[in-house]
Amino acid sequence: MNGVTTLAAYTTSTGEAVQFWVLGTVAVLGALATVLMKKAVHSALSLAGTMIVLAVFYLAQGAYFLGVVQIVVYTGAIMMLFLFVVMLVGITAADSLKETLKGQRWLAAGAGLGFGVLLIAGIANASIKNFQGLGQANAGGNVEGLASLIFTKYVWAFEITGALLITAAIGAMVLTHRERTEARATQRELAERRVREGKQITPLPAPGVYARNNAVDVPGLLPDGTVSELSVSPTLRGRGQYRDVSAESVAKVAELEQRSEEASK
Amino acid sequence: MNPVNYLYLSALLFTIGAAGVLIRRNAIIVFMCVELMLNAANLAFVTFSRMHGNLDGQIIAFFTMVVAAAEVVVGLAIIVTIFRSRHSASVDDASLMKL
Repeated sequence: MNGVTTLAAYTTSTGEAVQFWVLGTVAVLGALATVLMKKAVHSALSLAGTMIVLAVFYLAQGAYFLGVVQIVVYTGAIMMLFLFVVMLVGITAADSLKETLKGQRWLAAGAGLGFGVLLIAGIANASIKNFQGLGQANAGGNVEGLASLIFTKYVWAFEITGALLITAAIGAMVLTHRERTEARATQRELAERRVREGKQITPLPAPGVYARNNAVDVPGLLPDGTVSELSVSPTLRGRGQYRDVSAESVAKVAELEQRSEEASK
Repeated sequence: MNPVNYLYLSALLFTIGAAGVLIRRNAIIVFMCVELMLNAANLAFVTFSRMHGNLDGQIIAFFTMVVAAAEVVVGLAIIVTIFRSRHSASVDDASLMKL
């Protein structure tokens, strides 16, 4: 009887093994994509996938509360905060591929590989013999067990955590809040400044007002048929998300002129 | 399957995160890699908790999550502030203490 229970705790069920190998692959691929993807949005989404897989692993290992918290706090709150900041910051912030230190990328990859080998070899050498399983600890319910520990043995750490969270909230507010030091420029002042600088006195040209396209991602054309860069928002320009229809429409205009010329002959 | 495999996975994820911190230049992605490392550590804690049959490991993982949440809030605020003053989220550009 005793031998059977130790064996059951020492090796997991086949279902869990299949789950581990399938989802473990997904987790590693997500982690690699986080590191290797060029755009920050793709990295964030890959990382969210890895975190969801980790949540499933927590649930499979008897950490029911942590599994749910992982989804709610990590993928729900933290990753969405990342996405908000990517929207604020990362639109044009493509990673520069220029190395400031020569050969730093390869050295870093080598150091990472060495570190990984060291870590995994360390685990492999450790004598991890007995695996008890959480059956006994979770007998009264996982949440109840955690709660009784948090409010007895770890109550001091828990209270310190409250102080930490308040400090973090205030810190974030202090860091992102900007006090306006000078009065906001009025419309008259802005107009006067425009004339004084003489760069762009008129309003910016409107985007794509053609017979066919009237969308913000279609740049307006100048009289000679070339694209007016100013007519598309700099954000779309930075992402390279505008449709250049100039060549097409220039050809159309030329064709039309040719036809009208032929008709008048 | 031996549950120690979870520890190997955790070590692998931690390594990938650490390599990412060293390789990438975009501050947001570096930060995401730090989060990946924290998550890998959490997986190890949960596995240790199962290994020893008590819930202390899960408590530590829970505290790690709370600290990670606080860290993300402050870190992203710093990134946004740096981006405002320098118009760049690259860690190489923030090499001076003053603008």
